[in-house]
Amino acid sequence: MGSNGQRQAVNGQRTGARSRLPAKYSALALVKRGATHSDWPLSWRTHELRSRYDVVIVGAGVHGLATAYYLAANHGVTNVAVLDKSYLGGGGSGRNTAILRANYLTPEGVRFYDRSVKLYENLASTLNFNVMFSQRGHLTLAHNDSSLRTMRWRAEVNKLQGVDSEVIGPDEVKRLAPYLDVSTHTRYPILGALYHPPGGIIRHDAVNWGYARAADALGVEIHQNTQVVGIDVAAGDPGKVTGVRTTRGAVSAPVVINCTAGWATTIADLAGVALPITTHPLQAAVTEPVKVFLRTVVVSGSLHVYVSQTDRGELVFGASVDPYPSYSTRGSLEFIEEVASHVLELMPAIAKLRVLRQWAGLCDMTPDYSPIMGLTPVDGFLVDVGWGTYGFKAGPVSGEAMAELVATGKTPELIEPFTLSRFDTGDLVGEKGAAAVGH
Amino acid sequence: MISIPCPYCGPRNSGEFRHVGESRPRPDPQTTTPQEWRSYLYLRANPQGWTTESWYHAAGCRRFFQLERSTDTDEVRALADRNMT
Repeated sequence: MGSNGQRQAVNGQRTGARSRLPAKYSALALVKRGATHSDWPLSWRTHELRSRYDVVIVGAGVHGLATAYYLAANHGVTNVAVLDKSYLGGGGSGRNTAILRANYLTPEGVRFYDRSVKLYENLASTLNFNVMFSQRGHLTLAHNDSSLRTMRWRAEVNKLQGVDSEVIGPDEVKRLAPYLDVSTHTRYPILGALYHPPGGIIRHDAVNWGYARAADALGVEIHQNTQVVGIDVAAGDPGKVTGVRTTRGAVSAPVVINCTAGWATTIADLAGVALPITTHPLQAAVTEPVKVFLRTVVVSGSLHVYVSQTDRGELVFGASVDPYPSYSTRGSLEFIEEVASHVLELMPAIAKLRVLRQWAGLCDMTPDYSPIMGLTPVDGFLVDVGWGTYGFKAGPVSGEAMAELVATGKTPELIEPFTLSRFDTGDLVGEKGAAAVGH
Repeated sequence: MISIPCPYCGPRNSGEFRHVGESRPRPDPQTTTPQEWRSYLYLRANPQGWTTESWYHAAGCRRFFQLERSTDTDEVRALADRNMT
């Protein structure tokens, strides 16, 4: 996040006479500290930037922090620095609509996201941080025969991969989400839906903070407000990464991982690596909070909208990316007009609800709507980018896989399909039909 | 919503237009290598700042033209040589 950041870092920049290491969170600890009001520990520490690390990760979002955490936790690699030009979790990781699911279209995609949902299911206990994962079910609505056919296709692919998905009719949709208009006289009648019970929503900030805190406890250094302005590559064929230059000084490192989402090409350019990525803003909005009436996550591809209700009662709306590339995170009136009209098609009863706020995050879109992970033509420069509109839900599995790649030097089978060289060999992983809405 | 200066119709809302993409020369099919074709097909400069790009006035004069836009601020300015190359 650049100068457009509107939210303050909750902790991490404070100094003073506080515990040097994060304490374990528990109900007992909460009561004890609450009663005495003493020594609320920092969640993570600040450090002087050292001149050498084994691994430098650019971007302190969920992907960068998860990679750092799994490097330390699974492989014992702790001499790791996570650099961010702003505050951690301030980009897409704190701006997405927090929906998790695994009901993709290709077997590669389904396997990958299923592993991510499994990791999310146990994340709260793994990280000792309440991430508030609520598996409330996920409905993808079908408004015409062809989308119903795609739902059937996705359901069968999902079942073959052991993922719980099924096609349901309008009656069942009505039972799961009573406020949806399933009558047949609408412009986009609901003919059925792909129902994915393990899908749900999570508190995205808690995921970022949880990973940051757990990684810090294992010895990883998190450096906020540290922008990478250059990447040093030793000449050769292939070239080899030797370090990065930052606004706080130079750092030498044999491995540099690019986890910068919307800014992916600006960082890759520094290493001389060309990526097939364009940056588009994706907007979202929330309404004022009301009593819980919508349990499931509801997605409509034809209407370009997805809706969920948070634990606070706010309705969260998202839509498709803005129609032209941009690094601007300004909201637009056309977005809110469009999303409101489409949500009212689905749920006419909420016409009086007021929108509280809207915002935008940056998405790094690839030609096939699948990510780009792994090795690049420059030795030691790795990428975990191209996450488009679906990066948050893949955070844990990406971190796990990238950490394995760094520690073992071998690309894990799970992410082999997502290599950068697929654009040379033509082995694209087409997820356009299931990656998001309205593309 | 940004305002796009159509060289034929004047300033109009961006909703009337289709963003075509960064202006790039098309390689000569007779002489190009497969690698050059793939680059032309997939790679974009994706700069953070000023870029020259093509737009199509879909709900207006239905003509293609080029302009300059800052991807940082969405500020737009007309190009002296405005026709699609």
